[in-house]
Amino acid sequence: MSVIKPLSGAQAVAEAMRQINPDVVVAYPITPQTPVVEYFAQFVANGLVDTETIPVESEHSAMSATVGASAAGARAMCATSSQGLALMWEVVAAVPGLRLPIVMPIVNRALSAPINIHCDHSDTMGATTIGWIQIFSENAQEAYENMFLALRLAEHKDVLIPAMVMQDGFIISHGVENVKILDDDVVKKFVGERNPDRFLLDVKNPYTIGPLALPDYYFEIKRQQEEAMENAKKIYLEVGEDLSKLTGNKYPYFEEYRIEDAAAVIIVLASAAGTAKDAIDEMRVDGKKVGLLKPKLFRPFPYKEIRDAVKNIPVIGVLDRSISFGSYAPLYTEIRNSLFELENKPKLQSYIFGLGGKDIFKNDIKQIFEELLSGKVNPEEQKYIGLRG
Amino acid sequence: MATLQEIVSKQVPLAPGHRMCSGCSIPVIVNTIIAASDKPVIIANATGCLEVASTIYPFTAWKVPWMHLTFENAAAVAAGIETAYKAFKKRGKMKDDVNIIAFGGDGGTYDIGFQALSGALERGHKFLYVVYDNEGYMNTGNQRSGATPFGADTTTVPAGTMSIGKTQWRKNIVEICAAHRIPYAAQATAHNTLDLFNKAKKAFAADGPSFIAALQPCTTNWKYDTALTMAYSKLAVETNFWPLYEVENGKVHINYKPKERKPIEEFLKGQGRFRHLFKPENRHVIEEMQKMIDEEWERLLKLEESQVQI
Amino acid sequence: MADKKGWHDLMRGADLPPATSLEYKTGSWRSMRPVFDASNCIHCMICVAYCPDMAIPITKSEEGVVGKGGRLYKGAVRLETNFDYCKGCGICAQECPTKCITMIREEEAVEASTK
Ligand code: SF4
Ligand code: SF4
Repeated sequence: MSVIKPLSGAQAVAEAMRQINPDVVVAYPITPQTPVVEYFAQFVANGLVDTETIPVESEHSAMSATVGASAAGARAMCATSSQGLALMWEVVAAVPGLRLPIVMPIVNRALSAPINIHCDHSDTMGATTIGWIQIFSENAQEAYENMFLALRLAEHKDVLIPAMVMQDGFIISHGVENVKILDDDVVKKFVGERNPDRFLLDVKNPYTIGPLALPDYYFEIKRQQEEAMENAKKIYLEVGEDLSKLTGNKYPYFEEYRIEDAAAVIIVLASAAGTAKDAIDEMRVDGKKVGLLKPKLFRPFPYKEIRDAVKNIPVIGVLDRSISFGSYAPLYTEIRNSLFELENKPKLQSYIFGLGGKDIFKNDIKQIFEELLSGKVNPEEQKYIGLRG
Repeated sequence: MATLQEIVSKQVPLAPGHRMCSGCSIPVIVNTIIAASDKPVIIANATGCLEVASTIYPFTAWKVPWMHLTFENAAAVAAGIETAYKAFKKRGKMKDDVNIIAFGGDGGTYDIGFQALSGALERGHKFLYVVYDNEGYMNTGNQRSGATPFGADTTTVPAGTMSIGKTQWRKNIVEICAAHRIPYAAQATAHNTLDLFNKAKKAFAADGPSFIAALQPCTTNWKYDTALTMAYSKLAVETNFWPLYEVENGKVHINYKPKERKPIEEFLKGQGRFRHLFKPENRHVIEEMQKMIDEEWERLLKLEESQVQI
Repeated sequence: MADKKGWHDLMRGADLPPATSLEYKTGSWRSMRPVFDASNCIHCMICVAYCPDMAIPITKSEEGVVGKGGRLYKGAVRLETNFDYCKGCGICAQECPTKCITMIREEEAVEASTK
């Protein structure tokens, strides 16, 4: 059984946290993540969960206290955005090395300067290389379900690395849509209890956690982490199949939308995929063979699978909602890398859009498709959508 | 009152084989404090001498659950551990009582870890925060911190022809912590084992956060003979450079009053970091230092006498 | 230390079991050696409390050990210094109230023991 509730993305994630009922939740506000921790705090205040919360004094302490609680043995969570992620970055980078399965919902927001509270992906794109699983969500429904997927994946004994569950700031976090909510009991059963094998509160079995490792061991310890990431890729699909039995939805690495016969495909993350689907539906009516590929799992990145999915597509446009100054855009880089082994590569074009919350419209997408279909693309040139000249 | 015999017979959290400098007093402080805990302890350790030298992989000197995360957040990590403990107790996942302790050096406490410390004290987590105070960034080789005393030579504010070394007095970290209205804050030293033990007992018994600043003479960067660690610890107290006192529920109590306070020169001499002060042109610095110490002591006496709440 | 483990065999996350430092013998750092004269010891435990390297073992003695003045000292009593770990700082000798610890050069001690 499940119910449909009108919820914002922030509420949907808070609802997932209510159903997970973690041991510890650490809260610090930052726009547009704030409603996530506010809704959760209200659940605590009203006794709907018996989680212990820590309303900390900064994001740095938010992640630090979350790590303390997780290392102590608790299922611990916090949430953040943008500047908050940047402030806690030092600690965020240490979590995978400690092998703590912390799940952190992130509401994507542009990074300063200039200060801007609206959506782009530059915050989490700055944290792609440090060993967190990253899952992007297109809408509130996905954000809600991805929380359970991320939790089971992170806590799997062959994984034990942390996970970020992203949703687009304001566009998703503050927009209300109908979300299908699972029964509390069903979620409870799915997420179970965290059962760490080594934890600080196990005072009869004391361990040293977080020692100093010099060149004679550091490299080896980091190699273990990469193994965990490789395992995460396999186990993501397994956990997804389990979750699928409850939700009826699918959890592939990426969603393919009308690409089988497509002459041009757009690859884009998160909420812009929704806009792209609408554009595609309309263009298809006009007989234009266009399609979409929307990566969901961004770390570990499914290079081979994406290569197989798009190998016969003549031309692909990759849309990035962030910029990587002085290099190819983050998603574009990954797609280029995915195609390396192909003899006959699709033609590629990189587009930057939506920085600092600038809207992207259906017509923008249509124009991109037209450009792609015309074949006038240049894989070396980065184009900008909706930018005033 | 515990005796030394009793104290040394209690749980010892550290094993030999650690790589703190010969003559370092950090292990003495750590062992004495943990001896005062009748419960198992869990430790959050900030980056610094203690953390680095006790856990060089694959060797750890710790016999108790211990964690290091980064430099500036031992208090936040301890807050997380304490909250997990509360959650486990509430959910029936744990029966044992524990004491949670955060250890940080003065850099990790007065400076970079100050915000996390203040936040954890303000929120009222039940844990003990201990700063082993060697008055500088000693793990990285004697850089100035907010705890470095007036007149000390450090590598970031060196003494020279145009410099006497540090020109500011240290922060009063004990009173700052006490001003968070925590039940217990104290100043202690490495050499006075009974005093430190008793303070740790009170800290563990406190109903809320507690704080101990323990002066930890550093043979390597104060630059004195390794055998003299405890001697300098004593001199710090006998000169009123580092008074032994505690603040219980805001009220000051001085634990030891030297019958005749020694001149500050006795503490300064023989320490390489103060050598430049003995040049004739720098005598005025010592005089100024003496004046500050005496004024601070008078103020402390007044606080004790008046029982005005900090 | 010759056989350092490869990445497959290391404990996850660099976690370590307790007190592995016992395998690291810091006694090799020593240039001065504390020589303990048990006949002059009052078992006050000052040296034990002050030793930064936990290198002065103690035991509980019911029957007592003979110390200063030929007296029997019961309860917690100190034993011979553990030279596997003693770094030779000299704090014990400096602080011992009966001066029953003397620091000698490590070479002298080694020479004396090989004679
Ligand atoms: S300090 Fe001296 S008298 Fe006291 S126990 Fe040690 S050796 Fe014996
Ligand atoms: S010389 Fe130093 S390390 Fe050796 S036993 Fe004495 S106090 Fe301990």
